[in-house]
Amino acid sequence: MPGFLRDSLTIAAKDLRSELRTKEALNASVSFSLVILLLFSFAFDPSAEQTREISGGLLWLVFAFAGALILNRSFARELPNDCLDALIASPISGAALFAGKAAANFLLLLAVEAVSLPVFGVFYNIRWWGQFWQLAGVLALGTWAMTVIGTMFSALTVNLRLRELMLPTLVYPVMIPALMSAIQLTTHLVGGEPLGGDVLVWLRLLVAFNVIFTALALSLVETVLVG
Amino acid sequence: MRERFIILFTGFAAVLLVRNLYVMLVKLPDEAAQGAIFRIIFFHVPAAWTSFLCFFAAFVCSILYLAKRNLRYDAVALATTEVGLAFAAGNLITGMIWGRIIWGIWWTWDPRLTSMLICWLLYAGYLMLRRAVEEPSQRARISAVLSIFAFVDVPIVFFSIKWWRTQHPQPVVWGGGTMDPSYWNMLFLNWVPLILLAVVLILIRLRQEEAQREIDAVRRWAHAL
Repeated sequence: MPGFLRDSLTIAAKDLRSELRTKEALNASVSFSLVILLLFSFAFDPSAEQTREISGGLLWLVFAFAGALILNRSFARELPNDCLDALIASPISGAALFAGKAAANFLLLLAVEAVSLPVFGVFYNIRWWGQFWQLAGVLALGTWAMTVIGTMFSALTVNLRLRELMLPTLVYPVMIPALMSAIQLTTHLVGGEPLGGDVLVWLRLLVAFNVIFTALALSLVETVLVG
Repeated sequence: MRERFIILFTGFAAVLLVRNLYVMLVKLPDEAAQGAIFRIIFFHVPAAWTSFLCFFAAFVCSILYLAKRNLRYDAVALATTEVGLAFAAGNLITGMIWGRIIWGIWWTWDPRLTSMLICWLLYAGYLMLRRAVEEPSQRARISAVLSIFAFVDVPIVFFSIKWWRTQHPQPVVWGGGTMDPSYWNMLFLNWVPLILLAVVLILIRLRQEEAQREIDAVRRWAHAL
């Protein structure tokens, strides 16, 4: 499907270009992730040895909350000047539009994570890089799960008045299985335990979640956007 | 025709419930370990089954709506989701009452409790989303997609939380094990009136929804004049 791929890449490049020119969502998301990391230090004793045991949960809450700032605007940013109508009228499929936007969001979220992960390590004295490549893989898989759900729900609610109020309540419950898997895997990897045995079930769950919801989103997004 | 169904089903459900309550409270002995409170299971478990049936019906109607674009399917999906949500709430509340008495705590993060809560939140989000969209066909389309997402998510949530908890120490272990056949029979016997009740509620809710749509249509017509 070279046509589909080319269309998606065009959309992704467009989204990335416009985001990198203003850096609106990116700045907001990175600063928000730092604020959450700061707030966590008041919720528990940051110097405690247990921090490592809950590191996965902390990290993914940061990613999920900060990522929402990027994901929620994904389709809403096309509303001024009727850009969304133009995109829908353009000769690309809804699925390609979705895939392009999701790819751009994915890269932006990874960028936010690339900043907040080292900061997390510094603030909470955690050596997270012991199993760097496995961790990178888990981050990519978990981020893709968040991206698919977040981008899809951004499309779903794009024309609603109460979009900003609605999204968090809708998005997070759907993401729970993916977040749980990512949290489990991250905690293991940061704790220095190798992947294997029982933990692999989480990897499988995460991959299955991604496959199922990517397929579902790609097949339903046209209905959502066009009707 | 539908009126008659509603009255017939209500009457049948009422008679069955009275009969079941009589057997439950008078004939069946207290459970050895748990005592009298054990009887709440006859409402707790069938309520969960009923709510899942409702959510499944909503899932099917949502797919049918997307395929056929007939707003009737959307109305049925809404009615079944609302009733399913009510039964899910009944399941959660009876479970909490039972937990308070047997475990001494209102809530524990047991896989079943957590999954049901997430399921409830997902469908509560569905109703919330519907409120935010005014145009009927757009509302039907968006909520059908959400309903499909929610239904696909629920089993994944259930299994993931089950794995999650098996790797963690549990505050309370589920009783599990076997149940006396007379208890099993009662569980299924009491499911019948609950299903009938659900059908009646869905039919009533459907009638309200149809009336509402008629009113909206008349109002739009009046505005156009």
